[in-house]
Amino acid sequence: MFKPPRGFFRRLSAAAQGEPWVWLCAAGLIMSLVLVIGLFVLIASRALPAFWPQPVALLELRESGALAGRIVQKYEKQTDGVRETYFKVYVGNKAVHGKNFVHVNERELLRVSYPEDMLYIDSLDGGDIFGQPQSLTLQGGLRVPVDDPRFEDFFAQLVTDTAVRRIDILEVELGQLGELNRHLEQNARRLRVLAKNEIQNAAEIGEISAAQKKLQTRHEVYARKSKELHERQDHFTLGYRVASGQSLVMPMEKIDHYYYPNRLGFFEKADVFMQNIWRFLSEAPRQANMGGGVFPAIFGTLVMTVLMSAAVAPLGVLVAVYLHEYARPGLFSRLARAGIYNLAGVPSIVFGVIGLCFFVHLAGGTLDQLFFADALPTPTFGTGGILWASLTLALMTLPVVVVATEQALHAVPRSVREASMACGASQWQSLRRVVLPAAVPGMLTGLILAMARGAGEVAPLMLVGVVKLAPSLPVDAVAPFVHLERKFMHLGYHMYDLGAQSPDIDAALPLLFACILTLVLLVGALNFLAVWMRARMRKKYAVKPF
Amino acid sequence: MNFFFDSALQDCDEPTGSPDFVEVRDFCFYYGAHKVLHNVFLQLAQRQITALIGPSGCGKSTLLRSINRLNDVIKGTRHEGDILIDRQSVFDARVDVLSLRRRVGMVFQQSNPFPKSVYENVVYPLRVAGRKKKSELDNVAERSLRAAALWDEVKDRLHANAYQLSVGQMQRLCIARAIANSPEIILLDEPCAALDPVSTGKIEELLLELKKDYTLVLVTHNLQQAARVSDRTAFFNQGRLVEAASTQRIFMAPQDPLTQDYVSGRFG
Ligand SMILES: Nc1ncnc2c1ncn2[C@@H]1O[C@H](COP(=O)(O)OP(=O)(O)OP(=O)(O)O)[C@@H](O)[C@H]1O
Ligand SMILES: [Mg+2]
Repeated sequence: MFKPPRGFFRRLSAAAQGEPWVWLCAAGLIMSLVLVIGLFVLIASRALPAFWPQPVALLELRESGALAGRIVQKYEKQTDGVRETYFKVYVGNKAVHGKNFVHVNERELLRVSYPEDMLYIDSLDGGDIFGQPQSLTLQGGLRVPVDDPRFEDFFAQLVTDTAVRRIDILEVELGQLGELNRHLEQNARRLRVLAKNEIQNAAEIGEISAAQKKLQTRHEVYARKSKELHERQDHFTLGYRVASGQSLVMPMEKIDHYYYPNRLGFFEKADVFMQNIWRFLSEAPRQANMGGGVFPAIFGTLVMTVLMSAAVAPLGVLVAVYLHEYARPGLFSRLARAGIYNLAGVPSIVFGVIGLCFFVHLAGGTLDQLFFADALPTPTFGTGGILWASLTLALMTLPVVVVATEQALHAVPRSVREASMACGASQWQSLRRVVLPAAVPGMLTGLILAMARGAGEVAPLMLVGVVKLAPSLPVDAVAPFVHLERKFMHLGYHMYDLGAQSPDIDAALPLLFACILTLVLLVGALNFLAVWMRARMRKKYAVKPF
Repeated sequence: MNFFFDSALQDCDEPTGSPDFVEVRDFCFYYGAHKVLHNVFLQLAQRQITALIGPSGCGKSTLLRSINRLNDVIKGTRHEGDILIDRQSVFDARVDVLSLRRRVGMVFQQSNPFPKSVYENVVYPLRVAGRKKKSELDNVAERSLRAAALWDEVKDRLHANAYQLSVGQMQRLCIARAIANSPEIILLDEPCAALDPVSTGKIEELLLELKKDYTLVLVTHNLQQAARVSDRTAFFNQGRLVEAASTQRIFMAPQDPLTQDYVSGRFG
């Protein structure tokens, strides 16, 4: 009979099975997960409430009249040994108060109410306005008081009308007048050149002068049209009363949107919430970035990241392929590799300096001299722009792509390479037809990492073309559609601007968090795209080890 | 078991081609300073199967890979002596190594299809040779797959990824690939090492079929396989050719005591 030796049935001790280590690793993982999720929840919880319409309170004070605003915080403070309760109220109406927040001592408070007719206006130049409407003024001084049953309809209609007219004005001023101005400017420049030799160029001078006349007439027509439109805008105003009792007048055209926060039911609030989010994502910023949305920054970040990827992916792959497949191992290849890998350790601001010196001044300056000489001394490429910013970041993220690609190439089994060569393929053919496709998923991993690093980088951009407020997008409907020389906005820089440069950090904070959330989601979406592509490539090309 | 009888019968086949189609002459091979082949003389007859046997590490694969110069890509290798195919040295400076490899197909111990479709795997040697005509490629694909006894199993999924095949099918796919460009010689380095008996049987049948058109060199650890399919057998030990003769002789009446020990399983 089988007699088991001693200890045959004894279980391995926990330590021998490596259990403590498993626990340690699991703990590490959980901690990372908690950090990631916690960070995300924190950002979302700070960002999203800013879009939710909050009730607006009317605070009547014992001595100094009244205030209207959102009560954002209730806190206690020790003054001379007495605990006192304060309310922090977001009062908006910058023109009246000169500040965004007012702190009210509870003892001074007489009564807090939430009047139904409390109106919130997002105004184009004054930010948030809280007030109670009194009357509308229509064309010819006609007044519609607030108790008129048609008041709300008129109000809504007028806001829409003036908004439409605002766009018309923009079209005339930026579109037609802008175009005419460009032409006039061009002709004037040409005339100046021709004037140096008046007799010889007489014919052309006459031609251009005639054209100038015609342009000028058209210019006058459009200028008149713009003036008329402006005058019409001025007819329509809203009279409202702020909490202090003062009656004010708001030109209709300054109203971006409005609602009655204390009247909204849950679903109306949700509707406003969605609209606010949409505005944030799709509109340009206003009032020194404190209002409006961040669309240009999202767009700039996106375009820059795409350009950067388009630059770094081919460059990195070429470098890695040469290093891994062709370069003879030796001092040179080791030095080259060490050099590239060490780029990863260089602080990113240094890349900004390199980009400024090398791309902007050297490359851009040369381009300007060669191709845009007539615009000098105004630089075209010789100043920061989205192209140089993308290239700077491409340089910065190069090592990531090179390392990942080299690893991917390294992971292609020798057996497959030998199979290809045994079929009579040259090294280049093997590389192109078998090795590179098999390495594509690994390269995409590198690109994902590069994008994640590049999209969030701010410091180097500040030297090579990012701006607080760009007048136009880097990609638009004007030929040649992609304007690589333009300055651009970037979510990261926008955050820096909101956080470090804004006059009122308290008011900027929710916007700041909304920006963070947007950037995180944007980078996440880009990565998701790349991961999805990689998964498809893997299915198609991955080499299975046997 | 009377596989000896089978091979004896095969031995009676008149050699249909030149008896020294491939000739290894006084061949030595070094990996760096490590000499792994010592003065090997060997002749491989045309349209016959020559089996290379010997203990692990004796240099069979090295010799095989020298015939199509696949060892060229390994750094620090060096050779002495010569290998001739059809009286033409493969090491001649005028020889284009790519066209040499097109004349010599190779099947590896581990099946190594490309991460491509079945079809693309088979026509790969033609593609790299610059052949593009669809009809030609289609023909070759079908002919090679039929020759590799794989056509019926994959004809409905020619464009599926080759990794979906079973290991045995993959190995036959590699054989189909090796013969796609109509080479003259096929080198097989333990083609059945990872296969079950059924797949092995299929491949052995296939080799006997291929013998009609190609010169085959088969490295194998399976002595019965060598006995079953090969016409001639060469026994290597520690980088030296110990004995090369007709398979029947090697297995029935070996001259060298080492060979005797090896084929009778007393080696060690
Ligand atoms: N790339 C290499 N670099 C250095 N030495 C090598 C290399 N490949 C093979 N060798 C050595 O050459 C000798 C012969 O190897 P080879 O692969 O030809 O043996 P083999 O007969 O095919 O063995 P097996 O039956 O195990 O495949 C062995 O000692 C091996 O260690
Ligand atoms: Mg071997």
